[in-house]
Amino acid sequence: MFRPERPVDQSVLTGNRKLVDAIDRRNVLRGTLSLGALTLLSGCDVTEEEPVQTFLRAVSAWNDRVQSVIFRPDHLAPTFSPAQVVKPPRFNAYYDVADVKPIDGASWRLELSGRIADKRPWTARQIYDLPQQEIIIRHVCVEGWDYIGQWSGPNLKNFLERVGADLTAKYVYFHCNDDYTESIDMAAALHPQTILATRYANETIADPFGYPLRLRTSTKLGYKNAKWIRAIEVTNTFTETFWSEQGFNWFAGI
Amino acid sequence: MSASSVKSLTRKELAHKERRLHPLPVRVMHWINAVAIFIMIGSGWKIYNDDVLFGWLHFPDALIIGKWAQHGLQWHFFGMWIFVLNGLAYLSYGIASGRFRQKLLPISLRELFATIGDALRFHLAHDDLTHYNAVQKILYLGVMLIGILIVISGLALWKPVQFSDLASLFGTFQTIRLVHFLCMTAIVGFLAVHIALALLVPQTILAMLTGGPVVKSDAAADAKPTPAR
Repeated sequence: MFRPERPVDQSVLTGNRKLVDAIDRRNVLRGTLSLGALTLLSGCDVTEEEPVQTFLRAVSAWNDRVQSVIFRPDHLAPTFSPAQVVKPPRFNAYYDVADVKPIDGASWRLELSGRIADKRPWTARQIYDLPQQEIIIRHVCVEGWDYIGQWSGPNLKNFLERVGADLTAKYVYFHCNDDYTESIDMAAALHPQTILATRYANETIADPFGYPLRLRTSTKLGYKNAKWIRAIEVTNTFTETFWSEQGFNWFAGI
Repeated sequence: MSASSVKSLTRKELAHKERRLHPLPVRVMHWINAVAIFIMIGSGWKIYNDDVLFGWLHFPDALIIGKWAQHGLQWHFFGMWIFVLNGLAYLSYGIASGRFRQKLLPISLRELFATIGDALRFHLAHDDLTHYNAVQKILYLGVMLIGILIVISGLALWKPVQFSDLASLFGTFQTIRLVHFLCMTAIVGFLAVHIALALLVPQTILAMLTGGPVVKSDAAADAKPTPAR
């Protein structure tokens, strides 16, 4: 009665097989002991120890699976009025705004790879000429801050259909000009409020915020929304992304 | 009751003849909760520090769990399972066994004023650990309600889109953060009183480890309202 219609997506488990296999009883026991020690030694830094990290990352992989069950594919995030939009948007990257390397829109190409039928690269002009969808949604950063942003651009599902992507594949990866990588599960990629953003508040996106192309989805934390995209890859193979490699939760659903 | 008399009885006989102030499930869940609260507060402070609500308030590094942001988050989203599952088990047990009704209800206003008066005159009685005074009853019930609210606000923070109806009850995203933070503050306040009083009357700590004094096994007698001192 309470079973989801589809079985739980095993992709995260498969992708983290190494981690999950690492949860043997000895490790859990060791983790528990460390946890016990932690309660006695407040302030001591044990969180970087390998067994503790292994255990916590396995919990994070479990949380990925829980979140994919919680996710409602047709449920829309709250939207807001243009008057509530913050201009300019708040900058965030793994480096300072002064270190942003602007992209030349004329020579930029969007590469397509993986399980996509038509892999011809796209120019900025071609993408900007596609039908644009506008969403005014809340950006939630993992740190705790948030703001209302007004984004427009081609709907990602429409784009993936147009290029003949395998919509039954597990992941959509975004490779970025600043060597950033992010990936989202296919369910989030097909969500009606997931777009390849080209404009912010009716203006072409400025350099610090991802010109010429970035991802904007209403269902993920800020860091999942890759900026300065240079390639989109549709795949069934999980590889760690920029932040998940460092221990941040991969699914990062909101 | 002497230790030797306990030894002479088998565990099964003991269960039949004696009921302790804190039955084993309560003790186990109490200490699991203590560990969970410790993890949640320490890691929560780390998460808070990365984007503070109040410019004047940063938690010292010595008191937080998780060296970097991701570690604080990892601990928090691990600890939440212990806190929520153990909390649900505790609430179910407390309601199903009648413990909450027996120990925490009713709260009489007269008894409340009397207890506060006694406390101010340093005449607070603690010779009978099995009876909770009105202030204790209010604190225990209150911290349980806060515990429920901190989970609900945490759920709204974690999933403001999937549970958007729940999140909208609070208002903006920052309001949810504030509610979550204030619940934490209330719990820390409770802990300060709870731990200070436990240290002042150490037999309460012993009771939470060994079970404490035997209470009458006649449930009907327990259910009767206890006279105010």
